[in-house]
Amino acid sequence: MYAGKNVTRVDAYDKVLGRTKYTDDLCDKGAYVVRILHSSIAHGKVVSIDTSRAEKIPGVVRIFTCFDVKEKHYFPTAGHPWSTDAAHQDVADRLVLTEDVRFYGDDIGAVVAEDEVAASQAIEAIRVEYEEYPFVLDVQEAMKDGAPQIHKNYPNNILKHTSIRQGNYEEAVKEPGLIKVEGWYETPVVQHCHLENFICYAQMEGDRINIVSSTQIPHIVRRVVGQALGISWGKIRVVKPYIGGGFGNKQDVLYEPLCAWLCMQLGGHLVKIDIPREDTFVSNRVRHSIRSHIISWVRPDGTYAARKLEAFSDQGAYASHGHSIAAKGAGAFPQLYPCENVEVDAYTVFTNKSVAGAMRGYGIPQTMWAVEGHTEEVAARLGMDPVEFRRRNLMPVGYVDHFSKNELYDDSFNQCLDKAMAAMDYKRKYREYQNQTGDIRRGIGVSVFWYNTAVWPISLETSSCRMVLNPDGSLQVQLGETEIGQGADTAFAQMTADVLGVPLESVHVISCQDTDVTPFGTGAYASRQTYTAGFSIRQTGLLLKERILEYAHGLTRMPSYNLDIVDGNIVRTTDGRILMTLGELAAEALYSLNNSQHLTAESTAQIKSNAYSFGCTIAEVEVDIPMCKVKLLDLVNVHDAGNLINPALAAAQVHGGMSMGIGFGLSEQLMFDEKTGRALNNNLLDYKLSTCMDHPRLNALFVENPEPTSSFGTKGLGEPPACSVAPAIRNAVYQATGVFVNKAPVNPHNLFARFKEEGLL
Amino acid sequence: MYDIKALYEAKSVKDAVRLLVEHPEALVIAGGSDVLIKIREGKLAGRELVSIYGIDEMRGVSYEADGSIRIGSLTSFSHITNDPIIQKHIRVLGEAVDMVGGPQIRNIGTIGGNTCNGVTSADSASTLHAWDAVVEITGPEGVRQIPIEKFYIRAGVVDLHQGEVQTAIIIPKPAYEGYFGHYIKYAMRNAMDIATLGCSVNVKLSEDKTVIQDVRIAYGVAGPVPLRAVSAEKEAKGKPVCEKTVKDFAQAILEDIRPRDSWRASKAFRQHIAVVLAERALRESIRLAGGECDEQTV
Repeated sequence: MYAGKNVTRVDAYDKVLGRTKYTDDLCDKGAYVVRILHSSIAHGKVVSIDTSRAEKIPGVVRIFTCFDVKEKHYFPTAGHPWSTDAAHQDVADRLVLTEDVRFYGDDIGAVVAEDEVAASQAIEAIRVEYEEYPFVLDVQEAMKDGAPQIHKNYPNNILKHTSIRQGNYEEAVKEPGLIKVEGWYETPVVQHCHLENFICYAQMEGDRINIVSSTQIPHIVRRVVGQALGISWGKIRVVKPYIGGGFGNKQDVLYEPLCAWLCMQLGGHLVKIDIPREDTFVSNRVRHSIRSHIISWVRPDGTYAARKLEAFSDQGAYASHGHSIAAKGAGAFPQLYPCENVEVDAYTVFTNKSVAGAMRGYGIPQTMWAVEGHTEEVAARLGMDPVEFRRRNLMPVGYVDHFSKNELYDDSFNQCLDKAMAAMDYKRKYREYQNQTGDIRRGIGVSVFWYNTAVWPISLETSSCRMVLNPDGSLQVQLGETEIGQGADTAFAQMTADVLGVPLESVHVISCQDTDVTPFGTGAYASRQTYTAGFSIRQTGLLLKERILEYAHGLTRMPSYNLDIVDGNIVRTTDGRILMTLGELAAEALYSLNNSQHLTAESTAQIKSNAYSFGCTIAEVEVDIPMCKVKLLDLVNVHDAGNLINPALAAAQVHGGMSMGIGFGLSEQLMFDEKTGRALNNNLLDYKLSTCMDHPRLNALFVENPEPTSSFGTKGLGEPPACSVAPAIRNAVYQATGVFVNKAPVNPHNLFARFKEEGLL
Repeated sequence: MYDIKALYEAKSVKDAVRLLVEHPEALVIAGGSDVLIKIREGKLAGRELVSIYGIDEMRGVSYEADGSIRIGSLTSFSHITNDPIIQKHIRVLGEAVDMVGGPQIRNIGTIGGNTCNGVTSADSASTLHAWDAVVEITGPEGVRQIPIEKFYIRAGVVDLHQGEVQTAIIIPKPAYEGYFGHYIKYAMRNAMDIATLGCSVNVKLSEDKTVIQDVRIAYGVAGPVPLRAVSAEKEAKGKPVCEKTVKDFAQAILEDIRPRDSWRASKAFRQHIAVVLAERALRESIRLAGGECDEQTV
């Protein structure tokens, strides 16, 4: 068995030796390069673009403007599975280049040049004339009557509003003796900051177009490029090589449509779009900033009588993933701490800011910031221990969500809390850090999180797999599920080896997806690669095994039900005798003069389940009050992600998510100029991504309760690690100082303001 | 790919001066950790460059005949930090430049470049101001020396004329002998950052360690260029070593600093932090000098 073992990543040596090829490594050096002309206003209409000076710059091939887009094919960009039901399709509001400007940084033109210097010089030489409209940056301002309207057909800029009603909130709050706790919580706009900026290139071959892209979702890119260009989907081939991180930004179709369009305008010439970091911040996707308003009505015994959440999710200028993010957070609210009487209203609202899309956690980090901060305040108001208060109210074992049919099979929350508390010596520290005085104080804080794996029943869940046996008994495995750095290929290899009974080194997972040859799959998102691919790997592996044993029957005349594949050998199960190696069988199968067979299997698994994946964080901090600084001393995440296929890779995944949570909690925020709508700090110096010097030792621990719905007992672990870190830090700062910081990040600026308000400074 | 019109590589200081006279539009490039970024941003795109990076005579730390310390302008941050002369006499300078960026930047970045770009946030600048550093400039007319405070003219502009190269930074012997100092970089993260505020303090105590004979304090980012807080220095000079002196000194800096409101930090925030830094840096300097200033000894 390989599942559960810390085998070496299948791509480890190639990555360390620099042999892995990323998009830019693969692109022919003769490619034309592109610089995109971005709007320098936040809202308005392009009146004219003067390219005359720019066109004269040596090396400039051609300059395209929004006025060159004659056929207007509006397209959606979200990396969601397509729905053949029009009512469930994503909003199609983008064009490859637009004359209607909706944020500072909108795509209004493109320079194609022989090199980057010529392209940059041309961008500087272009003059644009706009008709300017008023703009709005604040999500609640945008909802007011009379606010600038960003899209037609969305009154008050509301892209979508959904509600949840359970019981009777209005009646429940009348119960005598209730304590009301109310708060506003806010998370900032942040960006994914993957190492490799978005990059793609396109070239025509015959009447087809080949695109190589740094994406999480190659099959979805194929569909969207078809929609954006108005060409049939089969004429498009999308190849996804190794990528340098995505975190959800690349779960959106970014510039593949523009690249393909430019290529077609230039007679199919090779065109490359390599986005600079500054543009990645502004003109790719960001995390939705969400402002949440929570009211809780609590009984003195620590039980909830009624709860209410209003969430305002800042969509930015275009729909992208839209309301799915706020809706996921809203859905978590009544589940995490179940209560009979609940009201939830979630709004997703357009503003004239950078477009928000998918980002690791998909609304849950924002919601946990609000809910777990609020939970801490409720416990404090009741004078209850924050952990005991949570234990009293958390989702109980046996809870079933009637929509998703998810069930909490095990006591994940309490088991994770127990493990985290033991690892941190929580009880002793919590006692020790009560009622401190002085400039420098310590605190310890807890947060749990809710998460579910995959997207069923909201969207399609499907996975297809192909396995091809080689003459030496090794095999190739192909899946639509993508390796984006998380280690998926290694988990796939381990699962395949176990299903087929072959040594791990006999499994060659083809990392690259090529929509011309790779079986269909929708890609990496929703923490679903291991969960989803597991089904098609098991199903396809069993099919292939059946064919192999059938063939073995022909060679050995033993009944196939008395045969098995063990460690790469055909074994007779009745006496354990090795009859031949799988390699001998495979070579015979291919080269047999009597019965030549190409032994393969291919199948699709449709998945109609989904699994909770819960856990918690405990953070220990030291707060220097005069300096308005938080030092993170220790941090532990504990996850119940079911069975771990590769514990070392699982821990690495958790470390990465914890790191993202540290930045989200303490330092990161993309800022916009109130006067112009321009992003102020769209570079890695001014945007305070946390560094290794800002990290304590990251401790990743697990509780392994096998998930009964899963083919390998697994559940999601891609996004969960980023969900509870920030509120745990915030709650630790509260224990240290007695000050609640409801606006993330807990950076010196916000601490200075709060310490002043609370009289600590 | 960088938009560079031409690159001339100087073989010696004399050669650099000649090239800069011949190419009056050219910019000097040393390690490139500032210039290349500005080229990429478009601010310095399309310019001619004179590279002085190969001029080894501009590297290293040594004593002058009079005991002053001479730091060649091309000396990298990591070499300054690890230099025995610096460690012996102005350890704080080595500590300050060890807070620049990350290890790669500290290997390529030079103290000359750090001062010649004229930015207020440079980690070396406040410490050099606080130690009365003298800048040596070599040009077509020969060598001239000016105090570092005069070298900074305004934000981003230093006193370098056409054809001139900064060749060394000198710490005079009277400026370092008997002094002990501490630098605090206040930034939003612990690496790869520029200072929101930088504060460098040093003191010379009386022989019995009870009186502050001299104290010097300089800030980065408390104004458009690095600056000395002279009122605070006057306030504490000759005062007994005690908490009250430290507090009064720290409050007095508010008369000297001129921070501004920006999206990077508010004026109120910078003023508050500046006082805290002055207090802590002075306390640590006193401790390094062998003094004690707990309330009990007042």
